Amino acid sequence: MASSKDGNKNLSISERIKKNKETRKSLNIIEKIVPKLLLLCAIISVFVTVGILYTLLSETFTFFAEVSIVEFITETRWQPWQDSFGILSLVSGTLLITVIAMIVAIPIGVASAIFLSEYATDKVRRIIKPILEILAGIPTVVYGFFALTFITPVLSKIIPDLSFFNALSAGIVVGIMIVPMVASLTEDAMSSVPNHLRYGALALGATRLEVTFKVVLPAALSGIIASFALAISRAIGETMIVSIAAGATPKFTADPTQSIQTMTGYIVQVATGDAGYGTTIYYSIYAVGTTLFLFTLVMNLLAQYITRRFREEY
Amino acid sequence: MANKNNKNAVFSVENLNLWYGDDQALYDINMDITENEVTAIIGPSGCGKSTYLKTLNRMVELVPIVRTSGQIKYRGSNIFDKSYSVEELRTKVGMVFQQPNPFPKSIYENIVYGPKIHGIKDKETLDHIVEKSLKGAALWEEVKDRLHENAYGLSGGQQQRICIARCLAIEPDVILMDEPTSALDPISTLKVEELVQELKKEYSIVIVTHNMQQAARISDKTAFFLNGELVEYSDTNTLFSTPADKRTEDYITGRFG
Amino acid sequence: MKYIDSQKVKKRMGGRITRNTIAKGLFFFATLIGLFFLAALAYRILTQGIGNLDWEFLTGFTSYDPERAGILAGIVGSMWLMLVTGPVTVVLGVATAIYLEEYAKQGRLTRFIQINLQNLAGVPSIVFGLLGLTIFVYVLNIGEVVLAGGLTMALLVLPVIVVSSQEAIRSVPNSLRQASYAMGATKWQTIRRIVLPAAIPGILTGSILSLSRAIGETAPLLLVGASTAIFTLPSGIFDPYTAMPIQIYSWTQQPNPDFQAVASSGIIVILVFLLLMNSIAVIIRNKFSKRY
Repeated sequence: MASSKDGNKNLSISERIKKNKETRKSLNIIEKIVPKLLLLCAIISVFVTVGILYTLLSETFTFFAEVSIVEFITETRWQPWQDSFGILSLVSGTLLITVIAMIVAIPIGVASAIFLSEYATDKVRRIIKPILEILAGIPTVVYGFFALTFITPVLSKIIPDLSFFNALSAGIVVGIMIVPMVASLTEDAMSSVPNHLRYGALALGATRLEVTFKVVLPAALSGIIASFALAISRAIGETMIVSIAAGATPKFTADPTQSIQTMTGYIVQVATGDAGYGTTIYYSIYAVGTTLFLFTLVMNLLAQYITRRFREEY
Repeated sequence: MANKNNKNAVFSVENLNLWYGDDQALYDINMDITENEVTAIIGPSGCGKSTYLKTLNRMVELVPIVRTSGQIKYRGSNIFDKSYSVEELRTKVGMVFQQPNPFPKSIYENIVYGPKIHGIKDKETLDHIVEKSLKGAALWEEVKDRLHENAYGLSGGQQQRICIARCLAIEPDVILMDEPTSALDPISTLKVEELVQELKKEYSIVIVTHNMQQAARISDKTAFFLNGELVEYSDTNTLFSTPADKRTEDYITGRFG
Repeated sequence: MKYIDSQKVKKRMGGRITRNTIAKGLFFFATLIGLFFLAALAYRILTQGIGNLDWEFLTGFTSYDPERAGILAGIVGSMWLMLVTGPVTVVLGVATAIYLEEYAKQGRLTRFIQINLQNLAGVPSIVFGLLGLTIFVYVLNIGEVVLAGGLTMALLVLPVIVVSSQEAIRSVPNSLRQASYAMGATKWQTIRRIVLPAAIPGILTGSILSLSRAIGETAPLLLVGASTAIFTLPSGIFDPYTAMPIQIYSWTQQPNPDFQAVASSGIIVILVFLLLMNSIAVIIRNKFSKRY
């Protein structure tokens, strides 16, 4: 290199660039290889999905070799240690939590979104939004602890019959956890409604409330509904809050004051227990996991379908 | 075309057509661009002048739906040939954009970007290039004490001259300028115009401008584009004093556009 | 004749305005519920946990005696996890984002990858736990060690990092790319020297936020076998481990009510970690925002 460098000294920059071009074939190789490497990384995310499907399905098939699929779907008793595997108890537990969570999350989330998007001044919005984001960033194990040690004792003063572990407390806290998600997705949907629609109505003498309900919400409806679907999916998949506060007694019930068990709660119970690898109980968590996955997948696809199908064009 | 000063053509454009998808933007352009001159391209907005400029260094291909036919010969070889590398073309044919677009780096790093990507690494040469390029862009005196400050701290006019200096750093053959003064104030515009006059001693310059006075002030030849066609192309003095085409006359007398 | 009876309109106006005012109050009140809840949580955790939070707690292992239980193993374990999760997920995530934003043609494969990522983001974290349990712990036979936990977490936050990196890359103005191409730079040179440096603050912010999500995740770690009680610190990626949220979870499961205070102290520690990470992210975002 030293001699060629001295030789280069006398060349002009453009001549040196030309000379470099001829000697740097490696550049072309890099240009060809890099996209392939990047594509490989991008494909890994697809492999993750394939891995999830493969894992869930293969172990679930093993489970169904031992337990009848008809029993799994129709039986209402879930007592794995006595060999009864009726998923309906776990599904009802999950749905109970989800319904309670939505009763909390949807009104509070939407109302917060309306306040932030339509009523709040910039200054107020800039204070409240980050605080709501903090709510979204708190680990779920913390929420679970709070539900068990704070919300349940408070509720049991109002409802004396309340079990120590119960669906109500866990459901409320799951709901609170989801509020920021509903609020921010709903606000996104509302703020994408162009201002000229608002001004049009306001200029006719409509109040903010009328503008919100007659102009903004109808225009933003698809985005809002999609956010509900995502919130439901999130509530179905929530694990730690229900593991800690909702109990571990699968029941086919709609009574929120009782101890129940969700699909996620069961998986955690088995994973932290001592059921060995290869037992029916071990495989049962995959059957439950598959059911859980299907529920959330349907909600996620629904959300995507709604956003795509009903995308508003202004 | 008669070359009275015996100058060579850097570009010979032959039967160039260009489409964006199904919309044709350039129709059968034939045009020679002469070395060490300033060639101005004028025309109303949407006439294809900017598209044409970007075709000369194939930047237009960054829009994926673009198709072309015909050929552009740069120093004798067709730039649309499969074997012709765009990187090589753009190393020889530099470009200055409408909006100043320095990189979010120091002034120094902006200038040495080109040399570095083309494999020039030794500090001494790079320092030398920075000084020479900044002097070439008439900016050295203004920035020599703050070479390592972010280029975004400079004024718009200075930023545009940074972009010109950045272009000079790899010693191009041709410099394409796409309305380089449209985002600048009158004083900065004047400086860039003076710079162009200086630069044509060493470089061939093609400049797109929406400003006819500017074209008249700084160019040797002027081409008038309308609706994707090259209507008239001649010496700047001829074009502005005795236009051959009625449409050119209408345009330069301000009857439309 | 007039269709609008201005008297009637006037009469109704008062009611409409009152309704608007009441509604505004209700919306504001609903917004406050979330904030009240946060305040209650913070107050509860602080009053319960601050008394127990001392040097001994930070440097001790867990114990059956609530007085002596500490979170050291959790802190160290969580850091080990991040040492695996961070590099793996950032490299994969940024590479995927670069591919999708800069190279991918708008075709079926790109669309498929995008939709797949979108769906992956909606998969419950516990399902990632099942994936990790099967693939990393059993099939690849890595065992219930740091590496398995870290890789599981990496896959879990991958979609988040991809999306935030894509946004960062997309926000780099095209004029910079054009300037680079116009100098004769190749695509990869442009990406490496112009696009990535300009997108780095955004990528960094997104990465830190994703990792802070990973630090708080509990469920997948329970599946891939983080221990609840451990009395040696991991010294490599093939050692057994625990993590902060796992320890907090195990304390909530203790029948002795004194462990509530221990759990609260643990929660304060993890929240301080999250707060630190988020502050760094905010600082980076503010420092580098609006540069072009």
